[in-house]
Amino acid sequence: MRYIPGTDDDLKAMIDEAGTGSLDEILTQVPSAIRRESALDLPPALDELSLTRHMKRLSSKNAESDSTATFLGAGAYDHFIPAVVDQLILRSEFFTAYTPYQPEISQGTLQAIFEFQTYVCMLTGMDVANASMYDGASALAEAVLMARRIKRKANKIFISRAVHPEYRETVLTYTNDLDIEIVEMPYDAEGKTDIDWLKTNIDANTAAVAVQYPNFFGIIEDMDAISKITAPNETLFISATTEALALGLIRPPSEFGVDIAVSEGQSFGNPMGFGGPHLGLFATKSEHIRNMPGRLVGETTDLDGKRGYVLTLSTREQHIRREKATSNICSNQSLCALAFAIHISLLGKKGLWQMAETNLTLAEYTKKKISALEGFSIKFASATFNEFVIKTDKALKEINKKLLDSNIIGGLSLESFYPELAGCILFCVTEKTRKQDIDKLAEVLGGC
Amino acid sequence: MAADQINKILKAAEPVIFERGSQKRVGISLPDHGLENIDARAVIPEGYLRGEIKGFPELSEVDVVRHYTRLSQLNYGVDSGFYPLGSCTMKYNPKINETVARYAGFTNAHPYQPEELSQGNLELMFELQGLLAEISGLPHVTLQPAAGAHGEMTGMMMIRACHEKRGNARSKVLIPDTAHGTNPATSALCGYKVVPVKSNERGVIDPQDIERVMDEEVAAIMLTNPNTLGLFEENIIEIARIVHEKGGLIYCDGANMNALMGIAKPGKMGVDVLHLNLHKTFSTPHGGGGPGSGPVCVSAELAPYLPTPVVRKNNTTYSFDYNLPDSIGKVKGFYGNFGILVRAYAYILSMGDKGLERASRTAVIKANYIKERLKKYYDLPYDRPCMHECVLSDKTQASQGVKTLDIAKRLIDYGFHPPTIYFPLVVHGAIMIEPTETEPKRAIDEFCDAMIAIAKEAESLPDLLKEAPQNVRFRRLDEVKAAREPKLRWEK
Amino acid sequence: MEFPAECKYTKEHEWVRVEGDMAEIGITDYAQDSLGDIVFLELPETGTEIKREDSFGVVESVKAVSDLYAPISGTIEETNEPLADTPELINEHPYSDGWIIKIKMNNPSELDTLLDAKAYEAYIKEIA
Repeated sequence: MRYIPGTDDDLKAMIDEAGTGSLDEILTQVPSAIRRESALDLPPALDELSLTRHMKRLSSKNAESDSTATFLGAGAYDHFIPAVVDQLILRSEFFTAYTPYQPEISQGTLQAIFEFQTYVCMLTGMDVANASMYDGASALAEAVLMARRIKRKANKIFISRAVHPEYRETVLTYTNDLDIEIVEMPYDAEGKTDIDWLKTNIDANTAAVAVQYPNFFGIIEDMDAISKITAPNETLFISATTEALALGLIRPPSEFGVDIAVSEGQSFGNPMGFGGPHLGLFATKSEHIRNMPGRLVGETTDLDGKRGYVLTLSTREQHIRREKATSNICSNQSLCALAFAIHISLLGKKGLWQMAETNLTLAEYTKKKISALEGFSIKFASATFNEFVIKTDKALKEINKKLLDSNIIGGLSLESFYPELAGCILFCVTEKTRKQDIDKLAEVLGGC
Repeated sequence: MAADQINKILKAAEPVIFERGSQKRVGISLPDHGLENIDARAVIPEGYLRGEIKGFPELSEVDVVRHYTRLSQLNYGVDSGFYPLGSCTMKYNPKINETVARYAGFTNAHPYQPEELSQGNLELMFELQGLLAEISGLPHVTLQPAAGAHGEMTGMMMIRACHEKRGNARSKVLIPDTAHGTNPATSALCGYKVVPVKSNERGVIDPQDIERVMDEEVAAIMLTNPNTLGLFEENIIEIARIVHEKGGLIYCDGANMNALMGIAKPGKMGVDVLHLNLHKTFSTPHGGGGPGSGPVCVSAELAPYLPTPVVRKNNTTYSFDYNLPDSIGKVKGFYGNFGILVRAYAYILSMGDKGLERASRTAVIKANYIKERLKKYYDLPYDRPCMHECVLSDKTQASQGVKTLDIAKRLIDYGFHPPTIYFPLVVHGAIMIEPTETEPKRAIDEFCDAMIAIAKEAESLPDLLKEAPQNVRFRRLDEVKAAREPKLRWEK
Repeated sequence: MEFPAECKYTKEHEWVRVEGDMAEIGITDYAQDSLGDIVFLELPETGTEIKREDSFGVVESVKAVSDLYAPISGTIEETNEPLADTPELINEHPYSDGWIIKIKMNNPSELDTLLDAKAYEAYIKEIA
């Protein structure tokens, strides 16, 4: 086997030199009753070329967004990733290293994470950010747990129904066994979290209010109004974002008094990859640092006074605080965070704005085109970024089939997540969407 | 360019990316969309358009490439050399897996694209579920958890759901003192109280100790096998019997599965729930701390509680099944760290039964070889055959005032990544060495030679160790300062 | 290692120094030495009532964290504010400037259950 350098002779030499007896003698600690009886029933080992062919066959059985235009978003976004990103994360000093436990020989990873944390702070406007979580959904779940820790006496968390359904489901799973009550806040006719409902229902037992910004329908929530209700009640305000690119254009959560801002970070540097690996961004105010979950990198100096970086404030974490830890997480999505940081660095001030503006321009164009068609209308009359909901009374199944015939994957039918939104489709447009794809989409829809 | 000049460049500090100067550069080019750019102010409601982001860099592609290339040069990875980090299984990450994982059908597939357009991905997931079930001896598998700790959480939630269904969620979880810190943290997250169990003088759990604490309020025991001392829990069958008799379940942390592939199946030992670390046992890259993947394998009784969705095969096609009324729900968005699954799948296919068995056998032989070579120089608290890793301590060197940390830092001077240190907690000043099967004998010998040289230095030149490392660009970093005055982001 | 004679001690490595009905409390030289450089303290609010053996705060070094347990019952009258910015005072002067809280005792007889300096010193020898 080409990955195992030890020849039989090497192994024999090591056994002889060690003097511990044969491997079978070493393995007597494994009771014979549970030892291997027969070979594992696995397919015969593949050589590299055969493996390549096999994997190519599997890969080619999937649609992929470079060949088929897609209008799907909803938490995974088809953004263009410059070649630099992949070339750099493939430097094996990055991708074959582990957690930077030994800072003297891990400054590359550590500085990259420190810069990543800074980028997350800049995008969200928050004071501190961690080294990343598993994804946006689990980051929101961790934010809810954190809010519950901070507000010791309050155990209710309000989550808007306009938050990504899978994020809400993840929150429910995480909190199921704990003293936390999750309450769903309805959305109003404009697709925004129902402010009146919030006003009526918030009370001293409301630990936190969580909304998505922009929300699942692509809509820019009325953050100001929510903040004006949460702040006087001393309720924590959590914002979750699925499309991090939007934060390049809209005001950051911090400016609405948000206490914990989380986001999916996939939009920068990470492919959709059939749902993962992605990365969760997690940021908060300085005062809450010690309640924060996840790994943190901090700046310090070495013995010679040289600036360097280390993992820090680890006493919050499971390897030290065990059952009292702020989270059980013991890793981060480091390589995804690196890809995120590289992509954002390439964009810079100008590129970030350009990319966001392009998304907005194309989305508005698409919105206009589709809503002009007979039988299609905009469901919610609120401002959106690069996603929006269209309502139609035509059969969705047939629409999608016709689109596929034209090599287009249409938007997401919302009915399975929101029974009340039958006939509604969530469309997403990115800089990868071409005008001709949009025109074709409109043409096909128009013929339905 | 003269060699010393090159050296100077390589040794120069790499500024933080935000300090590279703002020069109106841009590192990307976007396609011309053929429309007139919309005025954002006309779309975004008043007061919701953001201003310029202060401190954001403006760099060209070259600037960015140089910055990250130079950062990479400050790192040490498995491709750089021996990385004997105990319990982390730092094995070689096959290059072909990186190539195949980048095929467009894997990377450019949207998680919500129609199932009929995702058949390759579903087939891969279905097949991988089967392969992991066969290796673990547990028939049902979820691929959703993103890491080992996430798998633990998923597994313990399923255990809780199972007890709830039986009528009593129970209140306690038994955790041996050799456990990873994630085990107690996970138990707390699932609403359980932790009852610690001491390991015995052989370094393993004594069935009598379990007998004593086991009652009908214990939901499960969480154990790692082989445990973090690198020893097989030889009483596992007896322990499983005692726990099962009182209605408890066995959770096995599969972090150390690299010792067991093709040697023994956890499912045969009475384990009910097991998580695997694809980034350890199944060769996917550690990536500087993630992404990993932590599939959970369970017995038939636990299957109804698996997270949604699971992948099913219906004749010749594959589909997601969301119809699991007793499911614990979702533990993350979508279906798991799919890209990592692709790599692990490719690895298992490349290895086959013989390759996996040889990997585990080789890993065990190498760990024992290291243990025997070093035990004359270092304290070996449990002097008996180990599995895939061994644990030494600094007891012998302590009289010179030399601690585990000093030994670890001195190893850096010799060109090695240090082992895991100060874990497991049951060994004071632990040095936990896991060679893995992919290390050539020569590298292992060089490592042992270095460890022996360091043991000698500890006697003759203890100060040299306390000052280590000296041969790398950074010397010891001040962790106290970092914690007392946390500086967690760059600021002008 | 120091074991001031005027103090009483617990097996959780806290010391108590009594003046009237007030008890000054800190952690011992042995405790600060085992923890290493202290980087952070979590302290209770003054006015809080605590019972003997209750956890009233947390002390952290870089790689360790330890709960603080009340050696006696009473009301917290004062906390050592400078520790917030200079927790190293505990390492430097565990029995003087590094004091942590002052409690107004409500059951001084609890003092009898604590160890005196000799007994504590013997205990440290035993566990070391």
